Amino acid sequence: MSDATLGEICVAAVADTFRGDGEIFASGMGTIPMLGARLARATFETDLLISDGEAFFVANDLPIGGTDKEVEGWIPFRSVFDTLWGGRRHVVMGASQIDSFGNQNIANIGDWNRPKSQLLGVRGAPGNTINHTTSYFIGNQTNRVFVEKVDTVSGIGYDRAAELGDWVKANHELRRVVTNLAVYDFNTPDHHMRVASLHPGISIDDVTAACSFELVIPSDIPTTRLPTDEELRVLREVLDPKSFRDRELPAA
Amino acid sequence: MADKRMTEDEAVATLSDGMTIGIGGWGSRRKPMSLVRALLRTDLKDLTIVSYGGPDVGLLCAAGKVKRLVYGFVSLDSIALEPHFRAARQNGMIPEVVEYDEGMLQWGLYAASLRLPFLPTRAGLGSDVVKNDPSLRTVKSPYADGEELLAVPALSLDAAFVHLNRADERGNAQFLGPDLYFDDLFLNAAAVGRRFMSVEKIVPTEDLLKNGTIHTMKINRSMVDGVIEAPNGAHFTNCQPDYERDEKFQKEYADAAKDPETWKAFVDTYLSGSEADYQKAVAAR
Repeated sequence: MSDATLGEICVAAVADTFRGDGEIFASGMGTIPMLGARLARATFETDLLISDGEAFFVANDLPIGGTDKEVEGWIPFRSVFDTLWGGRRHVVMGASQIDSFGNQNIANIGDWNRPKSQLLGVRGAPGNTINHTTSYFIGNQTNRVFVEKVDTVSGIGYDRAAELGDWVKANHELRRVVTNLAVYDFNTPDHHMRVASLHPGISIDDVTAACSFELVIPSDIPTTRLPTDEELRVLREVLDPKSFRDRELPAA
Repeated sequence: MADKRMTEDEAVATLSDGMTIGIGGWGSRRKPMSLVRALLRTDLKDLTIVSYGGPDVGLLCAAGKVKRLVYGFVSLDSIALEPHFRAARQNGMIPEVVEYDEGMLQWGLYAASLRLPFLPTRAGLGSDVVKNDPSLRTVKSPYADGEELLAVPALSLDAAFVHLNRADERGNAQFLGPDLYFDDLFLNAAAVGRRFMSVEKIVPTEDLLKNGTIHTMKINRSMVDGVIEAPNGAHFTNCQPDYERDEKFQKEYADAAKDPETWKAFVDTYLSGSEADYQKAVAAR
C-alpha cells in the first residue's frame, strides 16, 4: 500500500496533465501546480521548460523555494506574453469559481460593479485560455466553487470559445481540472465537465455533493493513480523536501 | 546637455486634477513608491491610474485620489490580495473601473507608444472583460481569414512614474534586476514633459556599463523628462538586486487596512511627512 498523501496524489495528477506536451513552457500557479510541472519534467515529460516563477527558465530540478538555479533562459513577463500568445505554453491556474463548461473566475465574488469580495482581477486568464492549453487545480472543491454560473468570466470555457470562430475553436483547450476530490476533463460531445477519476477513498456522492451543476458521470470511473515510487522519491527528496505540498493540501 | 535632476515634489507639481498617470513596476516589485508618496502629499484628485497594480494602487485608493482605475490585477505578490484596493472596490469608492487582461494592458500601452489608435488581439474575447467595458470594440481582419479580433484602445498617459536601478543625470537608465516589466512602455505612452523616473543612484554616464551589460540599458534620455535620485525609493516593494521586498513592513501595511483607527496610525507614523521623514520612520522600526 502506498503512503502517498493527498497532496502527492494531486501533484501527480497535475503532472499527468502535461503528458505529451513536448518542448513548451509548463507553467503552474501555486505550489501544487508548480510541483506538478516540475515533476512531469523530472520524470516522463523531459523536454518541458520550467521557470523559477520569477524570470528564468531553469534546467535543473529546482526545489520549491530553491535558489540554486541552472539558468537555461530568460523569461521576463514580456516574453511570457509572447510565448503564450504564440501558443507554446500550458498553464495550470487556480479558480475561485468554475462552471460546467470550464468558465473560470479569479476576479471577484458577487456583482462585478460592486463586488462582495474583490479578488485578483482577471489577470492573464482571458489571454491564457484563448491562446493555449489550460488546466486548473482547485484545492477546496465545494458547491460554492463548482457553480452553475461564475460571477465574472476570467478564463473562458468551451461554450464561450465555441462562439468565437474557427481559430479559437482550434486552439482553445481546457485539458483537466484537478481538485482535492477528483480529476475532471471535458471529453464529452458538448464539452460538459466529466468525472475522469476519483481520488482514493472518494465516492461519486462526495463529488456531486461538492458541485452545483450536473457533472457527466461515466458508468465506469477509475481511481486516480497513485504516484510511483520514483515520483514520490523525486518529490520528497528533490523537488519539495520541506513538504510545501502538504501545507497547501493537508493530509486528511 | 540637459541636467534633468529634480525632486519628487517638483515632479508631481507638474500634474493637475483629472490626469491619467501610468505607474511602472509589477505588483509589489520595483514600484516608484517615493513618487507615489509625493502624490499622496498633494491635493490632486480625480486621477486615472494605469498600473500592473500593487501598493501604489492600494495607497492611492485609500487616499481617495482615484476616479478611474485601469489594471490587469492588483496584488502584493507574497500577500495575494491588496486589502486597500479590495476595500475600495467593495465599498464602491472607485467610480470607474477598467479591468483588462494583463496582455491587453501591455497592448494598450504599446499602441499609445507607437501612436496607433489600437492594437488587435484575441486576449479578452469571450471573457467578461468585454462585458464590463462596453466601450471596447472588435475589428475584422481585412485579410482572407476575416477573423474578428479585439481592438485594444491606446492607453495614452498624461504622466508616467517608473523606478529604475541606475541612471545618469540626463535620463539614460538601466535595470539591474531580472525583469524590466513594462517600464519602457509606460514612459513611451506618456506625454513629453511629464515622464518621471526615480532611480536608486545617479551615476556618471561612463559608469553605466560598469554596473551591467548593454542589455540592461533599455531606457534612453529621449524617453525621460525628470530624473529623481531616490535611494530606497521603491520601498517597501523590491528593487533587485539593490534590495528585496520589506515583507515585514508590507505585512504592517496590509494589516493596517483592518480598521480606520489602525490605518490612521499607520498614516501618522509613515505618511504624514516628507520622503526623508518616511525613510527615517522606516529605519527607526
